Amino acid sequence: MTFLFYIFAAFALIGGIGVVVYRNPVSSAFSMILSFLGLAALFIQLNAYLVGVLQILVYAGAIMVLFLFIIMLINVEDEEKRRFPFFSFLGAGGIAVAFIALLAVVLKRFAPGEATIPKLTALEGPGTSDTHQVGELLFSTYWFPIQIVAILLLVATVGVVVLSKKELK
Amino acid sequence: MDWQIIIAAAIKVVVFVFLTTLPLVAMSVWAERRVSAAMQDRVGPNRVGPFGLLQAVADGIKFLLKEDFTPDHVRKGYFWLAPALTMVPALLTCAVLPFGSQLFGEKMVIADLDVGPLFVFAIASLTVYGIVLAGWSSNSKYPFLGGIRATSQMISYEISLGLSVVPLVMIYGELNLGNIVMQQAQNGWALLPLWGEGLSVKGFLLAIPLFISFIIFTVSMFAETNRLPFDLPECETELVAGYHTEYSSMKFALFFLGEYAAMIIGSGLAVTLFFGGWSLPFGWLTPESADAEVPLWVGAVHIGTFFAKVIAFILFFIVVRWTLPRFRYDQLMRLGWVFFFEIALFNVVLTALLLWGLA
Repeated sequence: MTFLFYIFAAFALIGGIGVVVYRNPVSSAFSMILSFLGLAALFIQLNAYLVGVLQILVYAGAIMVLFLFIIMLINVEDEEKRRFPFFSFLGAGGIAVAFIALLAVVLKRFAPGEATIPKLTALEGPGTSDTHQVGELLFSTYWFPIQIVAILLLVATVGVVVLSKKELK
Repeated sequence: MDWQIIIAAAIKVVVFVFLTTLPLVAMSVWAERRVSAAMQDRVGPNRVGPFGLLQAVADGIKFLLKEDFTPDHVRKGYFWLAPALTMVPALLTCAVLPFGSQLFGEKMVIADLDVGPLFVFAIASLTVYGIVLAGWSSNSKYPFLGGIRATSQMISYEISLGLSVVPLVMIYGELNLGNIVMQQAQNGWALLPLWGEGLSVKGFLLAIPLFISFIIFTVSMFAETNRLPFDLPECETELVAGYHTEYSSMKFALFFLGEYAAMIIGSGLAVTLFFGGWSLPFGWLTPESADAEVPLWVGAVHIGTFFAKVIAFILFFIVVRWTLPRFRYDQLMRLGWVFFFEIALFNVVLTALLLWGLA
């Protein structure tokens, strides 16, 4: 069902363009949500249900709500058109060209239809869903990095609480 | 092959979403008015059709024919988008609920996903955009305050809602709602482990964390759907009508319908997770396994059982609404962050300890 891929890829791209083009911050935020939804659908088409659903749950459902909340609360004004110095155009153009060159080099190594992605291990039967597999990897092979990330998040949370207190006693 | 799946899915969508859930929305509006009337010793709507059953149709026609007034000071595009955004996610979550076991050898669930509860939470978390947008695009102060309240309330209670389901997932080791129901059908419902393997010390001990989960889940569901006693976003005494103050006609009705649709889906999820979904109690008429052949009449009975349970749960929602007074806003936030969040975390640890000790 390739047409679904094109529809959702279009969602993701149009959303991405919208983020940059719109002058109104709320419109930009909504374009970003559209882009996230498109991406989530693409993940789901690759049978990565967990990643796709987490994309919606975490990014579209939680992080963007907070973004929007802040935009509305502090009432960000529309971005005005302003002139950029010539060098910033040059820099941005350089980065864009470099990125496209990188993509071209990578894509050139895989002619269409030649290389196939290695098949994922059995995705049928009980206890073999992608959620189970991700969970098993996280709690066996990668248990140590997970602990470190968890501590990092905890430190960040404590840091936020400390910083947002007006006066330190 | 592909087309067969698509056609089967389309039929299920039409039957379960448009021919069952939407009329159920209309019926629960009628039930709300009749039950509230009975509780307040009034008569309620009883003129249109037998027992006033066609009142919903009359209401619908009235909403469609009313003048659709768009105030001058609103942000038009978003003002139009907001009501749709409250209704659509609520209906989308129907996709993973198992409405029944099987009918004509076809599983009675629209999308048999392995991430069922996560999918429901993910899509339901998008509902908040409709309310926020309605509040913001109305461009006046009461809707705005309502929208802000809705956002903070829904973000807060999403956490305890998500955490309350974790013990259940730990016990069943499964994120597929259909398989969760199957396990409950064979070994006792989560809150009624009275047959199969559930009828044991282990089953009864595990029912303790499940019961705590159920309490947190239900109360959080009330907060998520903005129902009394937690309807602070549209609290009349403080905010006129909250986020839909500026809306009229069918756009207003869509918010109303969205709220009831969310309530029905919430009831459906609660029934699926805690009351064995489509299964009858004591293992009656339970199929041998998920793939076993199910006779037509048994499949029909299962679908009927599911909707009977959902309707019972909706009536519970309604009775609670007309029984309890509204919370204060700071009380609501404290309940979510200081009590439920901690209890839900503790409940996860308790379940882990119980599972470890009983293994």
